[in-house]
Amino acid sequence: MDWLPPNGALHGIALDRLLNINLALVFWIFVAAQILLVLALVWRPRASAKPSRTLLILDYAALAAFAGLYLWMLVSGHRLWAARRESASPSNAVKVEVTGVQFQWYFRYPGPDGQYGRTAPTLVSAPAGNPLGLDPTDPRSRDDIVSAILVLPAGQPVDLTLRAQDVIHGFFIPGMRLKQDAIPGRPGHLQFTPIATGDYPILCSQVCGLGHARMQSRLRVVSPPDYNRWLATREKIVEANAP
Amino acid sequence: MPQKFKTHQGFGPAGRHSLSRSLFTTEPRTLAILYLYLGLLAVTIGTLLSLAIRIHRTWPAWSFPFYGVPRPEDYLALVTMHGTLMIFYVLTVVPQSAFPNLVLPAQIGATRMSFPRLNAAAFWITLASLLVLLAAFFVPQGAPISGWTSYPPLSGLAAAGPGQGAGMDFWLVAITLFCFASILSSINFLATIFARRASGLTFGRLPLTVWSWLVSSALTIIAFSVLLAAAAMLLADRHCGTSFFLPSGLVLNGIPQPAGTGSPMLWLHLFWFFGHPEVYIVVLPGMGLASSILANFTRRPVPAYGLMVASTLLIGFLGLGVWGHHIFVSGMNPYAGTAFGLTTMAIALPSSAEILTWLVMLFRGRLRITTPALFILGFLSFFIAGGLTGPILAQPALDAYLHNTFFVVAHFHLVMAMAGVFSIFAGIYYWYPLLTGRRMSETLGHIHFWISLIAAYGTFFPMHFAGLAGEPRHYAQLAGPVTSFANLIPVERGITWSAFLLAAAQIVFIVNVFLSARPASRLGAQAGANPWQATTLEWSPTAHLTISNGPYQYGAAAGRKDDFLPQWASKNPV
Repeated sequence: MDWLPPNGALHGIALDRLLNINLALVFWIFVAAQILLVLALVWRPRASAKPSRTLLILDYAALAAFAGLYLWMLVSGHRLWAARRESASPSNAVKVEVTGVQFQWYFRYPGPDGQYGRTAPTLVSAPAGNPLGLDPTDPRSRDDIVSAILVLPAGQPVDLTLRAQDVIHGFFIPGMRLKQDAIPGRPGHLQFTPIATGDYPILCSQVCGLGHARMQSRLRVVSPPDYNRWLATREKIVEANAP
Repeated sequence: MPQKFKTHQGFGPAGRHSLSRSLFTTEPRTLAILYLYLGLLAVTIGTLLSLAIRIHRTWPAWSFPFYGVPRPEDYLALVTMHGTLMIFYVLTVVPQSAFPNLVLPAQIGATRMSFPRLNAAAFWITLASLLVLLAAFFVPQGAPISGWTSYPPLSGLAAAGPGQGAGMDFWLVAITLFCFASILSSINFLATIFARRASGLTFGRLPLTVWSWLVSSALTIIAFSVLLAAAAMLLADRHCGTSFFLPSGLVLNGIPQPAGTGSPMLWLHLFWFFGHPEVYIVVLPGMGLASSILANFTRRPVPAYGLMVASTLLIGFLGLGVWGHHIFVSGMNPYAGTAFGLTTMAIALPSSAEILTWLVMLFRGRLRITTPALFILGFLSFFIAGGLTGPILAQPALDAYLHNTFFVVAHFHLVMAMAGVFSIFAGIYYWYPLLTGRRMSETLGHIHFWISLIAAYGTFFPMHFAGLAGEPRHYAQLAGPVTSFANLIPVERGITWSAFLLAAAQIVFIVNVFLSARPASRLGAQAGANPWQATTLEWSPTAHLTISNGPYQYGAAAGRKDDFLPQWASKNPV
């Protein structure tokens, strides 16, 4: 079904398949049930006064069938969930920190040292070019790259750290089949592997204030060489601006 | 039967009450009428707000007369107030307050409520609550914008957005009052059910509506107590310097906030611990009514009475353990996601058992096609349509895509709002003779039903597709800086026109309600004492001290020439 936006994530292949099977199943059950309801209105044989056992047996048989259906849904859904959530991301994963702020997403790359520098709420100043409050006295923060768009290499696992500065935001990339809340005071993690290059909208899925609908950004999935070139360019800018 | 009948409580058909009598009344039927008027006021405002929502989404540049083009915060205020009005003051008040006041004492053969003054106080507190809520529109910066779930810190900090100052305070006070009123009235219902049943009316002879109110009242006491506490804690965070829900390190508009020691996660858990049982509080009375009405209009007993009672109890019990499926994407422990997925799948079973039994009931006897029966068919149709997407959303992996999209909006508007409202309509058409001595017009009832059914599907079914396309809730406009759901505009336009039709169809209902009561209008008909030939005690013409029959002795189960044996009839009438 092409109601869903094109999928660009590794886990999205199995997810789309499972979702489509689920949708098809419940759609046909829906149709069957509605036909029964209409039938009750139009097909009206004279009912016998004696209660029919057959119908009751059908009732219990259908209930058993539904129990089976729910069990299958539970198990298949759980396997997909467990595959994504119940293991740590591999050590070679690209690490990016996502911060939601009314009404903007920021993406921080740790830079060549692989470590995020210290931040402090008192240093936060978007007008001064420091929306995340990076502490310039911390050497680890000097090479941190802060970007307004998320650029990632195709084919490599990604580990996002989700943060929020002010209120709860919902980090949502429909094309990557990804959604998780960014909750202030409680960093979260989100892992996935983008596989198809291209641009994907990033939205906010948790009402966060008057600018909620325009709190949007972009994920750009590029080839690994292009990704390295982009990182190098950004690194140069960071170095040039260093105090 | 030309003469007015009186019920054994002596609450005759609603006459004209003087103001002071209404103000100090503890008479359940008068309170029921007051609750119905309150619900009518709330549903009217809530519907107008929803139409404003639809208009703005479809034609974002359209300027409202006397107002102008809505700002984004206006849109969010509309959504917040629409949800709050509908969920609390319509879908909770009517099935859980108006209907039990209307028939609960009668259905159990009670001569009075256990706590009549508590019960009456609950109405006036609910009214006060509604007025406080509506006042939020008129305070500086207007109504709150954080949605009916009011997640902190957005709801905890006045500077987080317009409407989050005085508007949010009014919202919280209104909810606090509402919780208090709901708990009071539920204590009364529970006590009445346990202590004031007529002799012989054992639990095995209770109509399924009474079982529903038993469970929904217990749920109300548990769930609303938690919401009451949460609302009080949030008020304390806002005004008393506590930080139950506020962590340290918050920076709002570039300004660091005072350090806190709490977490917004606490609110998410407390709110949804209330929020999910609330869904069953809304829909359980309708489920009980569906069983009663289907038994009546097919003239057959409820085939699996024990199964239905067990399902009702199980839904209530399991309903307390599924709240986590609302917050699968909050980043909670993945094992918790699995556990809540399991409990949610489990609760689908008793719901399915009830639905399948209703379907079986439809084919055990020939259905009498009356307006109450039609609306119960509509209730079933929506309950199935919305219920079926439940097990999809119960899978955390799939929910992680669908959460907070229009797919969920479609789901709960079908399974809770439309199913709830259709069961309310069924109840009003069915019990109208108790209040007026007359039946509502069948012709207008059929027109009302068919237009509403089609328009409701036209409104809510296409929302599934918008949700699958990834469209989030609470977006004032479809076109954003990066993405655009412009290709959904034809779908959105169709939804809007359907919503107009759905709202317009309710005019037919209003006309029917107010004109059918008057013989001079030539609408409706004289009802007589037991117009539906029902078995349950609210239709009994006199008080009966000893009950010896089950609630649904229709057809062969009546064991006599008539095809029904009322609960108030003596055991061996032949």
